[in-house]
Amino acid sequence: MSDKFIRRSRETAARKLGDETMVLAILDSTLFSLNEVASIVWAAADGQTPLRTIVTNAIVPAFEVDAETAYRDALELVGELAREGILEVADAPLAPAATEPAGKQR
Amino acid sequence: MSTLAEEFNAQAVFRGVPLAAQLDLTYRCNERCVHCYLDHDDAGEMTFAELDRLLGEMAAAGVFQLTLSGGEPLLRKDFFAIARRARELDFNLKLKTNGILIRAEAAAALRALCLDSIQMSIYSHRAEVHDAITKVPGSLARSLGAARFLIAQGLRVKFATVLMRQNRTDYPAVQALAQEIGAGFTLDPTVTPHINGDRSILALNIDSADLRGVMHDPLVTGDGASFCATPAGPGEDELNSFPCSAGHSACYISPYGEVYPCVQFPLACGNVRQQSFAAIWRDSPQLAEVRAVKIRDLPTCSVCPHAGTCTRCPGLAYMEGNLRGPSTADCEKSYARTGIPTAAMRRH
Repeated sequence: MSDKFIRRSRETAARKLGDETMVLAILDSTLFSLNEVASIVWAAADGQTPLRTIVTNAIVPAFEVDAETAYRDALELVGELAREGILEVADAPLAPAATEPAGKQR
Repeated sequence: MSTLAEEFNAQAVFRGVPLAAQLDLTYRCNERCVHCYLDHDDAGEMTFAELDRLLGEMAAAGVFQLTLSGGEPLLRKDFFAIARRARELDFNLKLKTNGILIRAEAAAALRALCLDSIQMSIYSHRAEVHDAITKVPGSLARSLGAARFLIAQGLRVKFATVLMRQNRTDYPAVQALAQEIGAGFTLDPTVTPHINGDRSILALNIDSADLRGVMHDPLVTGDGASFCATPAGPGEDELNSFPCSAGHSACYISPYGEVYPCVQFPLACGNVRQQSFAAIWRDSPQLAEVRAVKIRDLPTCSVCPHAGTCTRCPGLAYMEGNLRGPSTADCEKSYARTGIPTAAMRRH
């Protein structure tokens, strides 16, 4: 079964604030707010972990959702973030993200 | 309607998160600006290992916007290693520099770091004026050359002009120069006291007539009608608000690890060489005192007609001797803007 690999764009800055994540697209100064689910996907977007693994390991247990539904939603989400230019999506593993996941917050 | 950035800032204040910080990497400098508020000796700067640990602590505490400054930060031989580490930790990184050490290669290296923006002090379009302020012959040419290298790399550059008697008429030309080469522009009409408390450099400030002229210049203030309007006096919301973000969602760290509410607010709150950044931010009694002060707690300013619109700086007030007192420089700006004396001026 084909899968997707995702990596945070290097031209972003990000930080968790509560359950949300602030992501700044540095080139055009656009600020995004990622909700709790999107924040999990963002933090795991290291270019190496398959999207299906991220969904299975981090989203399904946390939100008690059906795995296939969660994967379809995640695909839609990463597509949106890719269109905004803050996430790279590929059919094969990408070189590891240059930046570390945003720091944990209270 | 508030912007997303304003919502994040409000949430940061609510959660006690230091969203923004300025970190001075050194006080050493290759310029000797006549109005500078710092000493330039090295009294034991943090090492790379100390800075590495600090950056990790700041990221974990929630710092998002990080400004690297000085002194001249590029004088540190490990500047690029520090900046690279900051970007690895996902900070939105800004830089304040005079640009003297930036040529094509350094500009390309800064571009590779994906910096948000770079602020450079440009005091005049005339070399004889700028160089007399920095006391470095050729410094204007070097700084403008750096700005061109940086802009050619696609980086955002902003010129910052501090107004003094020496350059009081030059800011429109600096603004035009900035526009010509693709830089932004910001103007600071007041010189601030030396961080050691010495106020003698305030003699460099422009006089009140010039300040009034600047405050009414549409080039600087945009919509003059609202900027210079008679203040309505503070409402309940303003009285219950905090003076500024210093200590609430922002802080400053010196090259020696001292934490302050702001670069302009020399109230020592702890040292990251002795405590973690998070512990200082969370537990410092000095920060607790700063956070406790609302506009309504200011004996003079709470009854001032300007209380809702004044840019009162609590750090400057502190340097005048009273954390809850007025800041003379901001009283002067409010008066220059509107022609209405402040409560502090009426008392005198």
